[in-house]
Amino acid sequence: MSRFRTPLKNVRGLGTAKTGTEHFVQQRLTATALVFLGLWFVWFVLSLVGSDYLAATDAVSKPWNAVLLVGFLVATFWHAQLGLQVVLEDYVHNSLLALALQVSVKFIAVLGAIVSIFAVARIALAG
Amino acid sequence: MSRERPLSPHLQVYRWQVQMVTSILHRATGIVLAGGALALAGGLLALMLGPEAWACFSGHAGAWYGQVLLFGWTWAFAYHLCNGIRHIVQDFAHGYSIGVFVRNSWLTILGSLVITAIVWVWALNGGAA
Repeated sequence: MSRFRTPLKNVRGLGTAKTGTEHFVQQRLTATALVFLGLWFVWFVLSLVGSDYLAATDAVSKPWNAVLLVGFLVATFWHAQLGLQVVLEDYVHNSLLALALQVSVKFIAVLGAIVSIFAVARIALAG
Repeated sequence: MSRERPLSPHLQVYRWQVQMVTSILHRATGIVLAGGALALAGGLLALMLGPEAWACFSGHAGAWYGQVLLFGWTWAFAYHLCNGIRHIVQDFAHGYSIGVFVRNSWLTILGSLVITAIVWVWALNGGAA
């Protein structure tokens, strides 16, 4: 009986998904962080061009570099997962395949984040 | 239920415009960069495992195919960065008039090429050293 709905009810209905705003906000927040962290990361890699193994591990184990690197990794994998989720929602219409791909993307993103952050932590704390 | 229903006009009926290119490239570069994030995780893992693993990783990165991938990653990063900034500006309701939208789209593409050029000129001249 939708004709009995008030405008307020329509607004609060939030559509059929009842969700989505936090996805939008998280995507923009991680994007904003990545503008700075991404530029720092490219500069960091450029500063290591031509350096050997010891110089590279030394650079990663410097506190500021390790902290910024972990920040870059968290924001990157988070942002990548949010973006790939939308791409899959738009193009994969077989619900079972979509579910499998969505779960895979989330697991791989979390795995990538954990592995790379563990690597940075181990290099940084090894000295 | 098998009745053919009218479809809304899709990509193939439109004349190509820069706005379509920037939108499609944003998704494509985003997917590429997600793969690049996994490569970065592999690189950090190699750096953690020791000099031999790192030599293997940096050997692949320094080979011609590694350099091609790194060059592609650089442009994908630069493009996604520039176009992402354009999107954030648009989230504040700026830049929606047709003329400004087209100009900003071209600025995004131009900016990505300039950043890629700066990074590679710097890298090929020995980095910051």
